[in-house]
Amino acid sequence: MTITSPFGQPFGDPLGLPLGQPDVRTPALTPVSDPVLEIRNLSVDYGYDGDPVHVLRQVSLTLERGEVLGLAGESGCGKSTLAYAATRLLPPPGLITGGEVLFTDRDGTTTDILRLNDAQLRASRWQDLAIVFQGAMNSLNPVFRVGRQIADGIRAHRPEVSQKEALERSAELLELVGISPDRLRSYPHQLSGGMRQRVMIAMALALDPQVLIMDEPTTALDVVMQRQIVEQIADLRDRLGFSVIFITHDVSLLIEIADRIAIMYAGEIVEDAAARDVYQRPRHPYSSALLHSFPPLRGPRRELTGIPGSPPDLSKLGGGCPFRDRCAFAFDACSKVNPELVFPDVPGDDPRRSVACLRHDPAAVRAVGEQPLPVPPELSAR
Amino acid sequence: MRFFLRRFMFYVITFWAAVTINFLIPRLLPGDPVSALIAKNQGRISPDATEALRALFGLDQDVSLWQQYLDYWGLILHGELGISFTYFPTPVTEVIQQALPWTIGLVGIATIISFTIGTLIGTGIGWRRGTWADSLLPISTFFSSVPYFWLALIAISLFSVTLGWFPASGSYDRSLIPTWSWEFVGSVIYYGFLPAMTIVISSIAGWILGMRNMMVTVSSEDYVTVAQAKGLSERAVMFGYAARNAVLPQVSSFALSLGFIVGGTLVMEIVFSYQGIGYFLFTAVAAKDYPLMQGIFLVITLAVLFANIVADFVYGVLDPRTRQEG
Amino acid sequence: MTIDTSIVEEGEELARPSQAPETGVVSSAPRRSSREPRKFLFLRNSKAIAGMVILAFFFLIAIIGPWIAPYDPSARSDDILQPPSWEHWFGTTHLGQDVFSQILVGTRGVIVVGFVAGIVATTIGVIIGVTAGYVGGLGDETLSVIANVFLVIPQLPLIILIAGQLPTVGGVTVALVIAITGWAWGARVLRAQTLSLRRRDFVEAARASGERTWRIITAEILPNLTAIIAAGFVGTVAFAVLSLITLSFIGIGNTGEWNWGTVLYQAQSQLALQRGAWWWFVPAGLCIALLGMSLTLINFGIDEFVNPRLRSTGLNAKSLRKRGIRPRIGFTPVVYEAKEDRA
Repeated sequence: MTITSPFGQPFGDPLGLPLGQPDVRTPALTPVSDPVLEIRNLSVDYGYDGDPVHVLRQVSLTLERGEVLGLAGESGCGKSTLAYAATRLLPPPGLITGGEVLFTDRDGTTTDILRLNDAQLRASRWQDLAIVFQGAMNSLNPVFRVGRQIADGIRAHRPEVSQKEALERSAELLELVGISPDRLRSYPHQLSGGMRQRVMIAMALALDPQVLIMDEPTTALDVVMQRQIVEQIADLRDRLGFSVIFITHDVSLLIEIADRIAIMYAGEIVEDAAARDVYQRPRHPYSSALLHSFPPLRGPRRELTGIPGSPPDLSKLGGGCPFRDRCAFAFDACSKVNPELVFPDVPGDDPRRSVACLRHDPAAVRAVGEQPLPVPPELSAR
Repeated sequence: MRFFLRRFMFYVITFWAAVTINFLIPRLLPGDPVSALIAKNQGRISPDATEALRALFGLDQDVSLWQQYLDYWGLILHGELGISFTYFPTPVTEVIQQALPWTIGLVGIATIISFTIGTLIGTGIGWRRGTWADSLLPISTFFSSVPYFWLALIAISLFSVTLGWFPASGSYDRSLIPTWSWEFVGSVIYYGFLPAMTIVISSIAGWILGMRNMMVTVSSEDYVTVAQAKGLSERAVMFGYAARNAVLPQVSSFALSLGFIVGGTLVMEIVFSYQGIGYFLFTAVAAKDYPLMQGIFLVITLAVLFANIVADFVYGVLDPRTRQEG
Repeated sequence: MTIDTSIVEEGEELARPSQAPETGVVSSAPRRSSREPRKFLFLRNSKAIAGMVILAFFFLIAIIGPWIAPYDPSARSDDILQPPSWEHWFGTTHLGQDVFSQILVGTRGVIVVGFVAGIVATTIGVIIGVTAGYVGGLGDETLSVIANVFLVIPQLPLIILIAGQLPTVGGVTVALVIAITGWAWGARVLRAQTLSLRRRDFVEAARASGERTWRIITAEILPNLTAIIAAGFVGTVAFAVLSLITLSFIGIGNTGEWNWGTVLYQAQSQLALQRGAWWWFVPAGLCIALLGMSLTLINFGIDEFVNPRLRSTGLNAKSLRKRGIRPRIGFTPVVYEAKEDRA
């Protein structure tokens, strides 16, 4: 094998695959920030006409190197849009109206993905950042064999690699995700749903990317298959050291795999904290409600409650907090000011967590001339 | 293999249906034009030929319909289609034999050119939506709305009568003897150019529109986005992923609309007095030459069926899902 | 006849299936909040409007054509082969007949045959297509094979064969022959659509609750097929018009009945081309093209209505270019326009 990874190690060493970076399983304990992907103030509209829907409004999110970041929220909250916009794969009539998506390479150079031209973007894709899409049924080209589909991604970035070598590499990748290499010659319709999703993961790992975005990778699968795939992703992350943004509406699944969780609501991030903190000490009323709408997979049982009401129509959002109509803790100020991400108003919290709720932001409440209310005990658990 | 077996059965049924329709039409429709023709040519037609015509057109009232049907099949399977009255006493099969190569050469080649170019243009327009290429759509809409033969009239009046670039009728220079010489082949190409161009121009719009719509639909499939996410070159995504899948329905609609296109192009031959099947059909209609009309219909149907089989085969090669085992 | 309003009502009918997007074709359409009342979406489609305006114009001519025609279309005069002038807007024929009057009078034949054939063929197509799709099994197989056979057999030669053997061929006969040979396309599309509708929850629910079959078909299935039936109808009308004109052009049918095809037939047989009498065949062809385009435009409107992916991205290309937006798959355009309201 003559293919070399960007880090200079040959592909396919005896142990399997190169380790891009040492395993950083628990970034919460490493104080120094080493971001691989930084999304800053990303705004996205839907519609090119004079009256577009603002589906993402000034969203900021940081993915640390080696971290698994979970992105959760109800469907339609913009979590998939965030992933597609950050990679500029959002289909028409999607339009990115502002912000930065900064990717930091292993050698420390930083590029803004939104400012790359077509050729640079093409070169960067799959190499730096790969995606596993929602619904593997349609993600594979039905008329090509899966081997060819894995290999063409490799050869597009490494023209010096022969088709034979690319197919050999594809076979290794399939073995890596637990599929027999003779499946290289299968067509997508000959594979089961779980197998197709694994092929997609193998395909995404083809160029040893530093960031892997997974958009609801397990939604279409049964529970047993979901668990297998999640465990496999965690295992691969440990071996290969890539960073993951894992998008799902299923918060209980995230708690299994994510180091950190960001909760989205109506095109904005409302809470961003370590997974354990979100699970045990939610600070935003929506995070709390979301957690109570899923049964926990492990740990003590909790009471299941739904979230009253339905997500707001993004085209009809006025000022104020978008969650106020469904919120049990809303007060007068909530209709006047849209809260920003701040450090929670709970003493002793992890200094790197943040929440967008006026209960935690007395300064913003006073600024509009209202009387702040204290953080309710439900949102200040220790 | 089951796919091909099913399709094969379908073709057998269609062939049977075409022959049966041909059998039924003269028997179901009022009037008895053929006996009049036979009577008119009394003494000039051999007894054998009269017998065949009576069987083909159901003039033997004393024979049961079932027996007539069996006799009819017997004649068809022996290639006996009766004699032509216009080209008396040439058998219909012989007339068709002379005409068919010209039609296959003109209509066949022009249709394939039109399909290929139209599909390519449609690929481009469907892929680059929102660019100047979209302005090709209204033009192609116009061409898909006019009858083929009217475009032929315009082409003749422009390029033959006014400009004198091309001959207005015929299929080769009558002063030449048909041989495989350069001169003769050149003449055939020269005479065939205008009719072929007219067929291409009038039928290409349908292929452009069909492929454009399929490209638009396929472009929003996930696998096209995945291909872009992989950073493949624009060409690879456009042809390998989008067009490669969009062409599948295009091929099946090629098979299905072939009958319609062939019908339209046959009229083209009439306008250009091109000595193919369509021109002979026209003369047969004008002279009420029923044996020739029926024979030509049968041959056209067979030709379209054959083209369908080819299109099916191509589809099977292009789409692995049809080749599924079991 | 109040044609205009009937077409508008038809347009509103079309809007129904997509209020609840169950038409199958729409399944993976881009999600977009629907702020405008979708009911009038079809009528807001500029292509559909343009098409219906042209069609309404031809309907009007079909009704009043014979009264407003300045001459008797068959009357001979001494103005032989005159180019267009104030007396004869579209010139005259070799017998001094007025081409303009022939076109005006001939419009009725075209419209009548087109719509009679369209209605009959659509009725056959709906009955066969919906039955096949709903019944399934052997009945479906049989009906599908019949439809496919009719699709593969070349229609025009078959029409010529039938029409050529009929002793007298009037307009309605031609329309019926066209309908009998031209229903298969609509039936095929409807069958596929019924098949997918039958598996939908609301139909399953109606079946489970013991609704009678014909009620499920008329109340649950047919309303959701309206757009496709309408598209099939419009397509068949276009096909019928082309077939009628082609038949007339090759001299099948009653040459005493004026339609645009007979005008072209006369022009061709009297060597209008060689005589340079372009006015003899150009107007008829343009009328056919215009009528055909109006039908195609209406069908575009229906298509874009049923399959939102085909809709052009919404606005004129110019303003998109000005903002530097090129809508395409895989490369989301970036414009720096967002207001900094959330640091």
